[in-house]
Amino acid sequence: MHIIENGNVAAALGVFLCRANVIAAYPITPQTPLTEKLSEYVESGEMKAEYIPVESEHSALAVCIAASSAGARSFTATSANGLLYMHEQIQWAAGARLPIVMCVVNRAVGAPWNVWNDQQDSISQRDTGWIQIYCSDHQQIIDSVIKAYWLAEKVSIPIMVCYDGYILSHTYMPFDVPDQEQVDAFLPPFKPDYALNTEEPANLNTVTLPDVRMDVRGELAHGYMEIRYLLHEEMRTTLTVALEAEKRFADIFGRSGDPYIEPYLCDDAQYVAVGLGSLTYQLRVSVDALRKEGIKVGVMGVRFYRPFPDAAIANALKGKKGVIVFEKALSYGYEGTLASDLKSALYEHLAGTDTLPVVQNFILGIGGRDIRTEDLTRTLRAAIKDRISQEPVWIGLKL
Amino acid sequence: MQAKTTILSLPKEEFVHPGTRACTGCGLAIAYRVGLKALGKDTILVVPPSCLTVLQGLFPIASTKLPCLNVTFASTAAAASGLLATLKVQGKDKIKVAAWAGDGGTSDIGLQALSGAAERGENFIYLCYDNEGYMNTGVQRSGTTPIGAITANTPFKGKLQQKKDVPAIMAAHNLSYVAACSAAYPLDLFDKIRKCVDMPGTKYIHIHIPCPPGWGYDPRYGIKIGRLAVETGYYDLYEIVNGEFKLTAASEKLVEKHKLIPVREYFRAQSRFKILTDAQIEDIQKQIDAKWASYYKKDE
Repeated sequence: MHIIENGNVAAALGVFLCRANVIAAYPITPQTPLTEKLSEYVESGEMKAEYIPVESEHSALAVCIAASSAGARSFTATSANGLLYMHEQIQWAAGARLPIVMCVVNRAVGAPWNVWNDQQDSISQRDTGWIQIYCSDHQQIIDSVIKAYWLAEKVSIPIMVCYDGYILSHTYMPFDVPDQEQVDAFLPPFKPDYALNTEEPANLNTVTLPDVRMDVRGELAHGYMEIRYLLHEEMRTTLTVALEAEKRFADIFGRSGDPYIEPYLCDDAQYVAVGLGSLTYQLRVSVDALRKEGIKVGVMGVRFYRPFPDAAIANALKGKKGVIVFEKALSYGYEGTLASDLKSALYEHLAGTDTLPVVQNFILGIGGRDIRTEDLTRTLRAAIKDRISQEPVWIGLKL
Repeated sequence: MQAKTTILSLPKEEFVHPGTRACTGCGLAIAYRVGLKALGKDTILVVPPSCLTVLQGLFPIASTKLPCLNVTFASTAAAASGLLATLKVQGKDKIKVAAWAGDGGTSDIGLQALSGAAERGENFIYLCYDNEGYMNTGVQRSGTTPIGAITANTPFKGKLQQKKDVPAIMAAHNLSYVAACSAAYPLDLFDKIRKCVDMPGTKYIHIHIPCPPGWGYDPRYGIKIGRLAVETGYYDLYEIVNGEFKLTAASEKLVEKHKLIPVREYFRAQSRFKILTDAQIEDIQKQIDAKWASYYKKDE
């Protein structure tokens, strides 16, 4: 069924269709309409789930962690400082290998207070052991939530589905809402290998030593390092499992794409703009304008940020003259994190060849600073004509 | 009124394996062992980092026979809420959830989540074992460390502030059941858990836990010191059932006896109070006497 709704409702419908049965949330702008919608579904009885209006984001994820440990399909959503307040729990959920799905409605972090969009919140959680998926429109939001539950439960790793605050969360767009039967066919009920229960008691997340240790039957159990290695290793394997998810999704819903990257006019492009989220769709307008000027440029959205699809990215950018990375977040004291990761992937796969593109980095839209398409076009044109600087350049600064 | 449990009528089934990693003479080992007997096998536990994390053992070996979720320091009561919601959607309403947290995990870092859960009326039992400090990290002051106690971060002057009254804070949430217990009176703890476990909403039980390394006494005197705290009128055993306060067990008997042991005996039995002067002890004695005068008056 095609409907016109906002991005938060698209996310809520995805959670509804996935039959999440324990939902916890604490209000924060711009996430609130999403969790309000879920509370409506639950209170009206349409959705058979428990909704816990917790007293903090730290507790919201605590509820999801406990629920997931006991076998529930859990959901929460947050933004900005709410996400930062969860940080300890975010790491915990990954270490405990719980397939929680959380929507991050991207917003700038304080100080100073700012409620507008950038992506510093989720980028700052890059190294927590969660899979991160970035969405560019409402169809991707609802589809990503559905794919995320299947993928998370397949690999026992939690997933953040990230989408831009306001730009996607509060704007209205047409999108297809899948039938419940389709979603049920795609996503079987959650059956973890072990869920806390009184018949087979287990003590979860106990203190684990630096080295391996014998259990009471004389078998070696993992040390902390083995447990953490497996999280990393299985994160990498997720790249392959994501292909399977995409194929299953295509078979059932009749739409599919590349799970890692979303290229636009990249095949013959000499230059490629790269970014995360809705910005890459805005960049398509600039690309179209520059193509009319005869400049061979394309744009590539990175959808999977962790695990980082380094091979796919290097392959897509191989032989390009230049790569221009636009980012709404950065690693303070260095540069945009996507630019760093991308350079690392290019070095890893293309170093020593003549196919290694030059990489430039632009920071923009921080704290919701207006991103005007004409500025994007002008910047892209200038970057292609003449490499601007080694350092990341901030677009639209008024200093 | 239910019959009082005796050492002979206490259930024989154990839920804690012998040989835990607790310190010699640990009051928690007693309270935990007896408390789990009262909770029984249809219980899921939630435990934040604390001495109990150590008592429970190192992966892959655990000393507790009940299912247990170890959670982050501040999230105990919220995690309990998540388990309750899951049990509800799974139709396992008969399974109980019990949180065991230390005094730091309750009165300090875990208070917000606990207050939130209590306000929402989450149907679980929260047990705070109060050894009056961050004993697991090497004896630092907590919100419930009493005035005058020397700790690793109140090294010379002792703690200058009053003990935080957590049961009173919890009672202010209009809970069906709040109680104060002591590891030195384990059967009273057993009876109180059994009494409240099927009451609605959040139930809060505070347990005074003598701690040999943290309090500074020979491990063999733990029960004696725990009892002295009660017999001096310094720490009271009581319950608040639907808002009604009532002294219980040994404290109730003290009202009949109308006579308290001087609190000096309690203080002088532990090295942590060594800097308390006679004048300070006299001051605390006056506060205890005033408190007990009101108990005596209520009893008339």
